[in-house]
Amino acid sequence: MEPRGVPSRREFLKTGAALGGGLVLGVALPDRPGHAAAATATTAMPNAWVKIGSDDTVTIICARSEMGQGVYTALPTLVAEELEVDLARVRVEIAPVGAVYINALLGGQITGGSTSVVEGYDKLRIAGAQARTMLVAAAAERWGVDASACRAQQGVVHGPAGQKASYGSLADAASRLPAPKDVKLKEHKDCRYIGKPMNRLDSAAKIDGSAEYGIDVRLPGMLYAALAQCPVIGGKPVNFDAARAKSMPGVKHVVQIPDGVAVVADSWWRAKAARDALVVTWDEGAGRTLDSGGIARGLKAAAARPGAVIRKQGDVDEALRSAAKTLQAEYELPFLAHATMEPMNFTADVRSDSCLVYGATQFQQLAAAVAAQVTGLKPEQVTVRTTFLGGGFGRRIDVDYVAQAVEISKAIGGGPVKLLWTREDDMTHDFYRPASYHQLSGALDAEGRPVALKFHLTSPSVTSRLFPPVVKEGIDPFMTEAGAVPYAIPHQLADVVIHDTGLRVGYWRSVSHALNSFAYESFMDEMAVAAGKDPFEFRRALLDAQPRLKRVLELAAEKAGWGRPLPAGRGRGIALMEGYGTAMAQVAEVEVSGRSIRVHRIVVAADPGRMVNPNIVRQQLEGSIIYGLSAVLYGEVTLKDGRVEQTNFHDYPVLRMPDSPAVEMHIVDSTEKPAGIGEPGTALVGPAVANAVFATTGQRLRSLPLRPA
Amino acid sequence: MITLLVNGETRRVDAEPETPLLWVIRDSLGMCGTKFGCGAALCGACTVHLDGEPVRSCSTPVSAAAGRKITTIEAVGATPVGRRCREAWAELDVPQCGYCQAGQIMSAAALLARKPQPTDADIDEAMAGNICRCGTYPRIRAAIHRAAGRGGA
Repeated sequence: MEPRGVPSRREFLKTGAALGGGLVLGVALPDRPGHAAAATATTAMPNAWVKIGSDDTVTIICARSEMGQGVYTALPTLVAEELEVDLARVRVEIAPVGAVYINALLGGQITGGSTSVVEGYDKLRIAGAQARTMLVAAAAERWGVDASACRAQQGVVHGPAGQKASYGSLADAASRLPAPKDVKLKEHKDCRYIGKPMNRLDSAAKIDGSAEYGIDVRLPGMLYAALAQCPVIGGKPVNFDAARAKSMPGVKHVVQIPDGVAVVADSWWRAKAARDALVVTWDEGAGRTLDSGGIARGLKAAAARPGAVIRKQGDVDEALRSAAKTLQAEYELPFLAHATMEPMNFTADVRSDSCLVYGATQFQQLAAAVAAQVTGLKPEQVTVRTTFLGGGFGRRIDVDYVAQAVEISKAIGGGPVKLLWTREDDMTHDFYRPASYHQLSGALDAEGRPVALKFHLTSPSVTSRLFPPVVKEGIDPFMTEAGAVPYAIPHQLADVVIHDTGLRVGYWRSVSHALNSFAYESFMDEMAVAAGKDPFEFRRALLDAQPRLKRVLELAAEKAGWGRPLPAGRGRGIALMEGYGTAMAQVAEVEVSGRSIRVHRIVVAADPGRMVNPNIVRQQLEGSIIYGLSAVLYGEVTLKDGRVEQTNFHDYPVLRMPDSPAVEMHIVDSTEKPAGIGEPGTALVGPAVANAVFATTGQRLRSLPLRPA
Repeated sequence: MITLLVNGETRRVDAEPETPLLWVIRDSLGMCGTKFGCGAALCGACTVHLDGEPVRSCSTPVSAAAGRKITTIEAVGATPVGRRCREAWAELDVPQCGYCQAGQIMSAAALLARKPQPTDADIDEAMAGNICRCGTYPRIRAAIHRAAGRGGA
């Protein structure tokens, strides 16, 4: 069962090819760098990233979506540092669709994979330096002096004889100059902003209620839509009775679209009330028989298939046969919903020769592509405007709700319509984090040293749906993250089986790191116990070739007081992982009473490389752990009769303030290149807490969410 | 037509009496700072003040708000506690995605108005109904303490 539009999305994406682990989409993009087309006489763009007004306002284009992770601040910081402007005074605009704004690591205009800073770090500093060089050159030309005698500072170019020219007065001339090929970037020690805990540029608007999210879009003449979708994902409407709905106040249209039946009214509440009065007969489709028990059995049956090998060294089977001690364990993870605070929504305005799609998306290119596909318009006739995202976590990489909004606008004859899902729609029509089934075996020698480790993962593949060309020879690179451990264990075999359970799946913050690190780091703990060794020392002894990982492991253990006594009923667990280039260790301190786990404290040590903004790094580290903890303690999506059983926060609980632990962060001062920090914490909190529950109770919990007996 | 007193202004709106206050504020009055999260008083994103008390506007019929003083995020900064909350929120950079923060600030301001020097337990109790998926809880707690610290005992 595939979501609507996927075959043609496949069509759209099939020219893509894997390149360096990333994705390259063969897409013809409208060539509209920045808002150049809309530029007036008072605004000039030296390049695609910088817009300078004759009134000296500086606008920096941010080509990634702001979903909480701080790109709206961090990416303009990179430009502003080299441009020599006051960061606190720059304006930020989210980029339109354009080839220049493609994320080179992902091959599309996508926000995801903790790549934004990593990908932009050089590119955006160079863009800032180029624009500054052009402004300085324009000033030098005006004054008839050598550019090397001029310097730029805080939006002003200073000449050798005390001349001054503001960027606003130079921008037009500068924009006519050729972009310099080679620019010299600042030394780190000379940076004013990079590496400093600058305040976020979006805080003020998010505190006074003025920040615009997708749900807040308002266009002249806009109508509001609510959509009845089949309770079984993938089901289609057969027929419907709208007599009562049409008689309700404010209702303007009732229209059928491929995904369901939409009510369009003069307010959303009226649309929603009338939607609830529709009587729709559904063809529930192939998904109608799905249930959680059957899915779990299917995963286990599929695990019997041979896996595609992602790591092989030594001879694991022989090592397992001849070892002094062996152990085996199985781990299971459930489907999860993203549950962003802002339910899915989008605004579309279809006209005869244009289409505007306006809202919260992580994938502008795909939003444009589905709009073009639904309307039959050319890609260059589609405009994408991106608002702030009320959470993304991977959900807004998919664009099902964009296609629906366009379908609705088209079906009513065009004009602006805002489609908004209810929380129940959102929870029951997600692209869920894949469930997974992991089988691990390990062997210890007579001294209790691990000599063999075997890992067999069975799980659905997200990439097979979204970017099929990237899946090669049975390996989805976004299913095998953290699929090989960093430990010096001589004999290792890791392999994976892709198994489609029938429920649609999507990327979910930290993607497969969370699945694989839970299995691996739980099992490392089990091996340590079997060896009669301390879990920290057991790992530490295997990390001589991994100095960054060893360092964070030691740092977390030291700061957590590893080995020191705790009050009765409490225990500690430790876990280690490299993800998104960040080395991370966490120590969880928990208390278990009956069936309830209280996480008192998480100590995290991380080496994320060079930081652009330590304030945002700390936000991300803390937040990623709390996000992950909701999954560890509560998260589970189940199916019955093809329907997702969870509908809202009462039956899909998430962490709340009283249960939120203290998160103590220790960040290694590093000169390594920047790495991703928004996701690894989400993954690693799982095994850290599970191992702490074992230390506290002796219960080894091998499935999530953790449920002590 | 229903007459409402919103942020000190009298507004007349055309809505069925059972319409949740949230949708009147957002769609009829065009003030979009108050957010929709769950529609069932489970997440707190829609929190506004009615006569100074925090309520979930998604589950409060507009008819129940008639004749009472409605305060939303757009105007809470005009009150002393609201202003202190906003300052503390900004200084500590509390928001990440920011979607829940209007509701968080409204709940926090109501807490501080009632209890100028809240303990951690008071904060837990007052804020338990406000979900944040980005995990800003530690910064929210710190911001409430900071705002309280400026309010005098």
